[in-house]
Amino acid sequence: MEDTTQRAGKDVTGSGGRGSEDRLTPGMRLRLAVAFVLPPRFTPDSVRYDRRYRKLDQYRFIVWFLAAPLLVYGIFVVSPFVQAFFYSMTDWTGYSSSYRFTGFENYERMWNDDKFWDATRNSLLLLVVAPVVTLALGLFFSYMLTAGGRRRSEAVAGVTGSGLYKIVYFFPQVLSLAIIAVIWARIYSPRSGALNAGLDAVGLGSWQREDWLGSSWAIWCVLIVLCWSFVGFYVVLFSAAMSSIPNEIYEAARLDGAGRSLTFFRITFPLTWETVRTGWVYMGIQALDAFALVNVMVPEHGMDVLPSYLFSKAFRDGQAGYATTIGVALFLITLVFAAVMMRIGRRDRIEM
Amino acid sequence: MTSHLNRRSLLTRSAAAGLLSVPAVSALSGCASGGGDDNSVERGETSDDNPLGVDPDAELEVVIFDGGFGDQYALDAEAIYQESYGQVAHTKTTEIQTRLQPRFVQGEPPDVVNNSGADAMDIAALTRNDQVYDLNELLDAPSLDDPNVTVRDTLMPSTVEMGQFGSEEVWRLNYAYTVYGQWYSRTALERLEVEYPRTWDEMIAVCEAAKRQGMAGWTYAGVYPYYFNFTLYPFIGKIGGGDVLKAIDNLEPNAWRHDAVRAAFEAYHELAARGYILQGSPGMTHEESQDEWNGYQALFLPNGSWVENESRRNTPDDFDMAVGPPTGLDSSDAMPFETLWTSASEPFFVPADAKNPIGGLEFLRVMLGRQSARNFTELVSSLTCVRGAADDLELPPGLASAKQAFEAAGENLLVPRLPDWYKQLNDEEVGGAVAAMMAGDIDPDEAINRCQRAADATASDDSVQKFQHV
Repeated sequence: MEDTTQRAGKDVTGSGGRGSEDRLTPGMRLRLAVAFVLPPRFTPDSVRYDRRYRKLDQYRFIVWFLAAPLLVYGIFVVSPFVQAFFYSMTDWTGYSSSYRFTGFENYERMWNDDKFWDATRNSLLLLVVAPVVTLALGLFFSYMLTAGGRRRSEAVAGVTGSGLYKIVYFFPQVLSLAIIAVIWARIYSPRSGALNAGLDAVGLGSWQREDWLGSSWAIWCVLIVLCWSFVGFYVVLFSAAMSSIPNEIYEAARLDGAGRSLTFFRITFPLTWETVRTGWVYMGIQALDAFALVNVMVPEHGMDVLPSYLFSKAFRDGQAGYATTIGVALFLITLVFAAVMMRIGRRDRIEM
Repeated sequence: MTSHLNRRSLLTRSAAAGLLSVPAVSALSGCASGGGDDNSVERGETSDDNPLGVDPDAELEVVIFDGGFGDQYALDAEAIYQESYGQVAHTKTTEIQTRLQPRFVQGEPPDVVNNSGADAMDIAALTRNDQVYDLNELLDAPSLDDPNVTVRDTLMPSTVEMGQFGSEEVWRLNYAYTVYGQWYSRTALERLEVEYPRTWDEMIAVCEAAKRQGMAGWTYAGVYPYYFNFTLYPFIGKIGGGDVLKAIDNLEPNAWRHDAVRAAFEAYHELAARGYILQGSPGMTHEESQDEWNGYQALFLPNGSWVENESRRNTPDDFDMAVGPPTGLDSSDAMPFETLWTSASEPFFVPADAKNPIGGLEFLRVMLGRQSARNFTELVSSLTCVRGAADDLELPPGLASAKQAFEAAGENLLVPRLPDWYKQLNDEEVGGAVAAMMAGDIDPDEAINRCQRAADATASDDSVQKFQHV
């Protein structure tokens, strides 16, 4: 880009003919348009020496470079979304190429579908609780790992053994969600599972349950697994954000006599807020999904979240049209969530 | 076989989860348009050896579900087919729907599909769009072994019925033959010095005897509570007669409020209330419950005849597995004690858009021959839908007992259709209600209410296709 603009600039000054034509004649307009879609070497001289050429060259560069990715994005992301809105108004089974257009029938059905609302309630609960718990734990751990220690020699240090903890916290992230779900399903298993055995061992035998995953406890069981599996990722993410905070700020706080919690709330948290907010959106989307966990761990007659309900409608009941309607609802929820998250708590970036 | 989540389908689904997650809407929007080329194979000359008129040069494509039965039996049948006709392209997979759904949408399905497993396709949805070939032509053809007997007449009872969905067309052929009932170990009963219970009072006595020895009366797959339906439905039928089950299948109003249903629910609830159920059963998978049962932790297990093969590795040598008909209530039962739920399972169908559907029919005709049927029984220790094919074979104890129970039942066979007509209602709703009742969360009245409400909801749901007993 530099190359072409420089050359263009030179040419413009070299010709000395700038400002020769201030009004845009139809002919010039056409030539500008042609120059816009053609590679620079085919730019007519009359355009090249026009004073508007610099702007044109800039935009031409941007548009040409973005065209390919935008095209791919349009075909593989935007167009399926648009198609989904269409299929959500059909009675498509998902098995054949024939379907009937049914207008808003699916949406009406969804509005009156108790199971859909149950699934929505579960999804929203996860959406609200999972990020709060996961991010709070992530912040706490990463703070302790980067600035929680108290040593004479250094102003800022992690607790003893923080290097090891960092690796250990990251372990769950290495496993695929499906494997995590299988392992945790074993933990919740009533006779051989670690949970019931553990409760018994600590004298809480009366808290044991025969069906953790089939009962109303299921949502909390899933929540715990969700938080467990993602907390390590946020520890690493927040640790990185925290290590970019200059030590002098901590030292100053220490000199003023601030303790751990005061330092955290006055210094660390405000300075990592941008990262926390991004993490929040990401974790919220993970929580809205939760599909692998629910599908593997929770029995069919147990609770549903939106994606698992969608899946069973599409692939068990042969109602791909209705499932797409649920997908549209999930899409809207995701969209609203992301918009809300990006709006609230927007503050000026603190320069360091 | 029954549908469980195995490791493979789990991975598929988690992959699907990735698709469904963030851009949830895009997951389902793969283009639904497009159509196949019409280059199907013409019907050839018919003859005594080739009654259906298969084009001897045409290729045949067979897709086999690679589950508990494997695919060797199909390879053997294909070898027989290839002696007379064209090459067979053989595919085995555990992901029937994942692999085949796109081909159905394109209108280019294979010629024979073994539509089984957790990832099977909804055949009712396929029939709605005329995508399945009517098998009546095959059933009326002469059988492989005896040209004077039609294929239809070589089949076990309920085989044709299981292929029908409320009309005369037969959409699928269920090849294996399953006996459902109360599975037990003869050794365990002998150790307790009790006989197999024929009435509910005897059942309570047997469970009490077991409890005194520190053994549970029953265990079941709480994660898949519809396993309980395997004994619950025939129990209901036995108490009140087969029409009660037909009314339930037909989604008739108040079908679940029949006295026979209440009696059966209360009897099962009594098991839970008296503490005869193995602790932890409500949260067990089918495999966990089978392991506990194999370990002599519980006497009875509601299951089907595949259990012997499935639990083979954990069954003790002295177990002496057997199946009995569901224990009846008392002498006022409408049907005799021997009454049994048997049904043909392991579905095969021929897609209507297949290139070589006649070859597909012929392949099924080969499979229904005695040679292939006996081979199947020997390979996978399951009965087939071919009458008498296993007669002089040496069978493992569980299968032999299943065959005996079937023969003892005579005409008293029940075939509930709820599991395959209304899978969601059967597995999730009825299963869920029974699960909650057996876990002690609700009483029988509430369980029956839940079943009735769910049946009514299904009946009034336009998006669910309805069927009636013919």
